[in-house]
Amino acid sequence: MKELTGTTGHIFNEPLLWEKGSTGRIGFSLPRRDVDPVPVAKELAGNGPDFPDLSELDVVRHFTRLSQWNFGVDSGMYPLGSCTMKYNPKTNERQAALPGFAGAHPLLPATLSQGALKLLFDLEQYLGEITGFPAVSLQPAAGSQGELTGMLIFHAYHQSKGRPRSKILIPDTAHGTNPASGALCGFKAIPVKSNEQGVLSPEAVAELMDDDTTGIMVTNPNTLGLFEDNIKNIAKIVHDRGGLVYGDGANMNAAMGIVNMANTGVDVLHLNLHKTFSTPHGGGGPGSGPVCVTRELAKFLPVPRVVKNKDGYALSEDYPESVGKVHAFYGNFSVLIKAYSYILSMGPDLKKASQYAVLNANYIRENLKGVFHLPYDRPCMHECVFTDEHQQKFKVATLDIAKRLMDYGFHPPTVYFPLVVSGAIMIEPTESESRETIDQFIDAMISIAREAQEQPELLHAAPHNPKVQRLDETLAARTPCLTD
Amino acid sequence: MKEVSELNFPDDRRYSDDHEWAKQVDGVVRVGISDYAQNQLGDIVFVELPDVGDTFEKGQEFGTVESVKAVSELYMPVGGEITAVNQALEDAPEQVNNDPYSGGWMVDVRLQDPAEYGELKDQKAYLDMLKG
Amino acid sequence: MRYLPQTPEDIDKMLQVVGVDNLEGLFSGIPEDCRRKEDLNLPEPLTEWELNRRMDAMAGAMAVAPEYRVFMGAGSYSHYIPEAVRQLLNRSEVYTAYTPYQPEISQGTLQAIYEYQTLVTRLLGMEVANASMYDGASSLAEALLMAIRITRRKKVAVSTAIHPLYRRVVQTYFAPTGYEIKEIPFLPDGRTDLSGLKDLEELAAVAVQSPNFFGCIEDLKAVGDRVHADDKALFIAAFTEPLAYGVLKRPGDCGADIACGEGQSFGIPQSFGGPGLGMFTAQKKYVRNMPGRLIGKTVDRDGRPGFVLTLATREQHIRRERATSNICSNQGLCATAAVMYMASLGGTGIRELAKLNHDKAAYLKSAFQNAGLTIAFESPVFNEFTVKLPAGFKDTHARLLKKKIVAGLPLAPYYPELAEHYLFCATETATREDMDALIEEVTK
Repeated sequence: MKELTGTTGHIFNEPLLWEKGSTGRIGFSLPRRDVDPVPVAKELAGNGPDFPDLSELDVVRHFTRLSQWNFGVDSGMYPLGSCTMKYNPKTNERQAALPGFAGAHPLLPATLSQGALKLLFDLEQYLGEITGFPAVSLQPAAGSQGELTGMLIFHAYHQSKGRPRSKILIPDTAHGTNPASGALCGFKAIPVKSNEQGVLSPEAVAELMDDDTTGIMVTNPNTLGLFEDNIKNIAKIVHDRGGLVYGDGANMNAAMGIVNMANTGVDVLHLNLHKTFSTPHGGGGPGSGPVCVTRELAKFLPVPRVVKNKDGYALSEDYPESVGKVHAFYGNFSVLIKAYSYILSMGPDLKKASQYAVLNANYIRENLKGVFHLPYDRPCMHECVFTDEHQQKFKVATLDIAKRLMDYGFHPPTVYFPLVVSGAIMIEPTESESRETIDQFIDAMISIAREAQEQPELLHAAPHNPKVQRLDETLAARTPCLTD
Repeated sequence: MKEVSELNFPDDRRYSDDHEWAKQVDGVVRVGISDYAQNQLGDIVFVELPDVGDTFEKGQEFGTVESVKAVSELYMPVGGEITAVNQALEDAPEQVNNDPYSGGWMVDVRLQDPAEYGELKDQKAYLDMLKG
Repeated sequence: MRYLPQTPEDIDKMLQVVGVDNLEGLFSGIPEDCRRKEDLNLPEPLTEWELNRRMDAMAGAMAVAPEYRVFMGAGSYSHYIPEAVRQLLNRSEVYTAYTPYQPEISQGTLQAIYEYQTLVTRLLGMEVANASMYDGASSLAEALLMAIRITRRKKVAVSTAIHPLYRRVVQTYFAPTGYEIKEIPFLPDGRTDLSGLKDLEELAAVAVQSPNFFGCIEDLKAVGDRVHADDKALFIAAFTEPLAYGVLKRPGDCGADIACGEGQSFGIPQSFGGPGLGMFTAQKKYVRNMPGRLIGKTVDRDGRPGFVLTLATREQHIRRERATSNICSNQGLCATAAVMYMASLGGTGIRELAKLNHDKAAYLKSAFQNAGLTIAFESPVFNEFTVKLPAGFKDTHARLLKKKIVAGLPLAPYYPELAEHYLFCATETATREDMDALIEEVTK
């Protein structure tokens, strides 16, 4: 019998922090007191917070045990579609931790922060080169803040033309952040249906585009893993009516060195450094969502911007039409260090990363297409989408398949997104996975399909291995308990 | 998810295309969602209802009903002023799942235009819609 | 390349299965006019050892401790971070994990952030905390938008003693909305002047920062009482230095409806301004209007306790254009650093460390006074304060940079009326010797 990757093992229970400890313990080396105490103004003084007192070992054991309950990219394959869970290089962490960067105050005079300013300047250049755009801002702290910045730019652009607009076209395959970001700028989301090939058709866009529409937000490749091949036509339709095209670059991992995003007619593109550029997800963040824009829109980018002059690098606020600031300082700087290090380590081989990512995804698609229902039977890009249609007759749903994959030692793919596909299973292997790992994943999926037919109750009861199983999300929502 | 045949649609009330039910007693129409709707939504965790005194037209959104992973808008089957709201749903939204036609009622509406009530589907017409 | 495991043999085998002749064949469906014509014009890849040398050189061109003594705060604070916290955060199960959407295999993240949520509410005296926002600035913007949603009023009042860069972010967020921002001036004593607040019944919220940008501690109780004279307007208490609440009265105890700010001080390196940590808390009755992710306690099918993301219907992936915010990725790892830091410090430790910070700044402030220099604002301060220096201090400041001392942050770019004023910060990392040296140099 072949040995599965997933197994049970030596895992510890661990209570909550305040269920441990003893008053008077401390896990911190308090600095030496070399100044006299001065009383705090009485009417302003408080009693301090009710925190548990723990020793250093209490804290270390606590978080070590908690970490063992997590599945990370370093644990195993993490094929979450549209998340690009590629390997997070350790050298990137070393660079971000360098004291010269980690210890730097953001408001140092430019002469004392040349290293950081050079990094910002260079990274803007590199991202511009990769995407084809002349101007970049690294300020947005995440993809959706990049989207917000893009929407602010749209708003500023139309305002500058004297004709504010109130609507934005959003494809039905769009990530939820798209309409949410549009709404923050007062744009009403007008949905555009994709066609039977799973992409946008120019006719559908032309029907909806008018002089009150600020533009369209397009993810390319889209969330079905398909290249929006009508993109140039669509861009023309939108531009002809005075609108702009926003590119959600979440899926850029399919396109580096292959697609010139600027040539597709996009005016503003955001990137997710925590996806395409290998920076770690951190259990939810921090990410980074730089925006890349055309020459015409550069003047609207957030400030300050990094400039190079004869003395070196400096920050300039001299952009009167800038949308302003979305971050107090310059964005998630240590995340930028990691992306920069990644680009310096890969160079032009970033193209190989995209090629292999696409190869891996198509390999999975070919191998699983007889086993799971493939709604769009055509070559995909870096991710492929299946459904649970074949398994429904055994009363097995996408959720059950996802939970059972955990027992096999894989993180589940993205499930139930995009919404246009019922029971979607979106698989994105990334280029990081070797052929053997991918073969193991394929074997696991095939085995699960067989279990669905022969032992569906095994899937309904999955997962069996993890510490907790099928948590009650209804209870959590009906009776929210958000703090102790 | 249950089949239509396993669900319940009492014939003592009318139904809208958006799966609300409406039951008229002396000029006041009590409104809730049908067994089909609650079954589709799954476990309901929260119901957002308007205030007494608010007025809506037929077809206007008057609230939302939430499951863990989805939000559905509620639309007025008839127009009028809200005269009562089922406060019990704040602490027990599961009533909508367990007892959609009685304990799970949502609002009472003072019927503005009796013709609107007549336009709603009866049990048979609603069943036909669900099966078709 | 060590990140790309594919060998030529692997590639051949896989291409065969896929049914294309070469890698280029995978992209045949992409229109020619969308393709890149040339290779990526990027520098040749560096080896790990070359990268180290390159980055060491760049990091070397930065003014940081211990070589430099930097007496600045203004939203970014120098605090010691225990090595234990650094090493725990480097466990790859912690930082290479994704958002905990599959709770069975993310209980580590979920419990840690639940603990973070709890400790933050205890720190600030509030009822609910979210799992983080990007930074203190965007947290404030989102808090104001939340107040507008709750009250349905279209105007907010914001103290000009709030960090100027935060106020610029608020302006940016508000620009397309049509909502009005009213500015509240500050008094000669350095605190916010609420006497001119006449239109409370039109305001969705009044926002005040404490300690404020000048380092002055606001009388939050008085602000709360004033704002709640209207039964709808919300009191938003902002902050840039949460350590202050180790010794100061908490916003929740002063009537804050929302308390939000920057958590970088708690175990997160300054790192040239980012990533930070947007701490965001509110009273429970407002929870369904809160932005950001929330982690809740529950049980699994066998009754074992566990944690899940909850109340997700507020968020963008479900509510889409009607979501409470567009936020998706947050600052999860920074929140994890903060809870590890708070756990290490403990209740006893945070009181002592906060008191030490208070006393260090008090020492430096006295030293300025004893040297005959003017403290600009008389209100009590925490770990930063404002000094009005003699005209021409600009030259002294420049001279001191060459001596590797950053003597305060000039306020002229932010407040034209405070052209001779400098903001000084002294945390537990400033030694008595360093502070004495600063005074000596400044008074030379």
